Amino acid sequence: MNLPNDSSPRRSLLAGEQPRGPVRSLVAFACKQAPTTGRAGRILRDIFSWRFALLLFASLIVIYPLLWVVSLAFSGQQSLTLVQLPEDASLGQQLLALIPLPEQWNLSNFTAVLTEQPFLRWLGNSLVVALSTTLLGLSLSCSAAYAFSRFRFAGRERGLMLFLISQMFPAVLMLIPLYVIVVQWLGLGNSWLGLILVYSITALPFCVWMLKGYFDTLPYEIEESALLEGASRWMIFTRIILPLARPAIAVTGLFAFMTAWNEFILASIFMDDESLYTVPVGLRFFVSDYASEWGFFAAGSILVSIPVMLLFLALQRYLVSGLSAGAVKG
Amino acid sequence: MASIEFKGVSKRYGDSLPTVPELDLSIRDGEFMVLVGPSGCGKSTVLRMIAGLESVTAGELYIGGHLVNDLPPKDRDIAMVFQNYALYPHMTVFENMAFGLRVRHTPKLGIERRVREAADTLGLSDLLQRKPGQLSGGQCQRVALGRAMVREPQVFLFDEPLSNLDAELRVQMRANIGRLHREFGTTSVYVTHDQVEAMTLGSRIAILNQGQLMQVGTPLELYGDPDNTFVAGFMGSPPMNLVPVHNTGSGVHCAMLELALDGLQNQPQTLTLGLRPEQLVPAADAPGHWPRLRAVVELVESLGAERLVHLRAGDERMVARLPGMQLLTPGETLALAFDPAAVYLFDAGSQQRIRHVGVPAGAVVC
Repeated sequence: MNLPNDSSPRRSLLAGEQPRGPVRSLVAFACKQAPTTGRAGRILRDIFSWRFALLLFASLIVIYPLLWVVSLAFSGQQSLTLVQLPEDASLGQQLLALIPLPEQWNLSNFTAVLTEQPFLRWLGNSLVVALSTTLLGLSLSCSAAYAFSRFRFAGRERGLMLFLISQMFPAVLMLIPLYVIVVQWLGLGNSWLGLILVYSITALPFCVWMLKGYFDTLPYEIEESALLEGASRWMIFTRIILPLARPAIAVTGLFAFMTAWNEFILASIFMDDESLYTVPVGLRFFVSDYASEWGFFAAGSILVSIPVMLLFLALQRYLVSGLSAGAVKG
Repeated sequence: MASIEFKGVSKRYGDSLPTVPELDLSIRDGEFMVLVGPSGCGKSTVLRMIAGLESVTAGELYIGGHLVNDLPPKDRDIAMVFQNYALYPHMTVFENMAFGLRVRHTPKLGIERRVREAADTLGLSDLLQRKPGQLSGGQCQRVALGRAMVREPQVFLFDEPLSNLDAELRVQMRANIGRLHREFGTTSVYVTHDQVEAMTLGSRIAILNQGQLMQVGTPLELYGDPDNTFVAGFMGSPPMNLVPVHNTGSGVHCAMLELALDGLQNQPQTLTLGLRPEQLVPAADAPGHWPRLRAVVELVESLGAERLVHLRAGDERMVARLPGMQLLTPGETLALAFDPAAVYLFDAGSQQRIRHVGVPAGAVVC
């Protein structure tokens, strides 16, 4: 059940105290073939090796926009320019202005977003919609995936294939049909229920495939054994399969949650009432034709990502699967 | 406890050839029946039909006198031990063993008592709070056994329970299973491809090949009195030597040996002669009237107290189990002898045993 730990030969190259986690593997990766002459020299060489430089550059590309958002949020201003450059700025000053650092740090954007704007309300809306989507999506996809994995019935192959095909079309394609169905036919426009239904059902194909793949790996003998012990199908599903599939359910649930949490287009079309907006829709109004409150926008964006980050942290231990270790030999 | 009766039972998947064409077998109450055969012979299918995990295509299957063809597994009152243990990985050993009782709404105190008793019997008392992932293979298999035991079922089914264990543990667990059966006397059906397990555990053994029942009997009956070449070649390690021989009417001969026999007049031209490796002895130690056999040593496998000597003459091969340490080199010619009464003869076409073949007085030599 032990995961292979990092006792690879690579590690032995780094004598003495070692950097931890990703840094270690980064350094280890970079210095794989470097001859060893003292630790300091080695690390220096690592830093200047082309692999390290490449990785650093790639990381920078990813992080740079985020740094801008953070700086904007904490700048206390609404303007996109963090530094006021004089007319005749030197090249050095211009380059310095590329570094996203506000002139002064300040929490006013956050407090304003939370108190002066209906941001908390939108956050609440998003939370209700996303959690309900996760719940509904998971319960539908778990049962469907279990059936697809374990039972043989007419239309099984085709059903799975249809699910896959539905993923091949861009989501925007469904915009008009969904509007017609949800708003005009069902009359669920401008309501949480409409959004929840649409989100959980559009997330379904992916969730079903994901869970089915995991259910397939659970040994069938476990269920046969339970069957012989007198358990019903439902009991097997709830007391054996679902607990065993926790890692997959966690990942799938996270996916469903984020689908609903981050979705913008459908929500912006379905929701008319400002008090029912979800966060992504609300954020848009900070930056529009009539307003350019970039500071609020940035602060709001950071606040929006906090629940998702928390969720990731909470589910982290499930994301490392391996719960079924020890069920059967091998 | 219960008897199990197969009456013309067959199993077929889709339109393919039947996995089990037609099986008539009766397993007595309290008996330890071993189903043995090469892989793919249908023995696991037979077991799973008893469990109710496979449907019966045709025929009738009785457990304890009741027709169970359409009875779901949970109503058959049987417990099964799987090859890969099939423990519930998210439950502790205690919960694993208690699961079946909880499902059947056994009172809590009763569950506690029965699980503790079974754990004591199997030496699992210290492991009750562990999860299967923290146990060794042997411990897992004992938990699986315990889980079956606490239910106190009518029938135990074992599906190759020892094949995932290493050799030493296997011997130990084999003894454990045998002891449990003697203690509780529950009807047991045990599937294995290992004839040593079959010989040591079974009250009776049923040998299957391609879904057909080859022979049923006690281990010694099968070993000493095989009905056909399959059973002869399957039981015993190393298995019985089977050599094609020519029927002269008054005896048989082949490149290795020549043997005078009575009662061959009405038998086919080509026969198969069977001779167990342990029946071959060095010619020097044998009574003078025993037929001799001359062959070239191909390979010697030394097992310490004895040696398995692979012999060849022409295209024919034999294995002899010889005692002692006398030096033998591949390539040298060896003279051996055997008791003519220990020879088995089979019809080369139908593979069936030819009985009532006698050795004439003063039998002869090559």
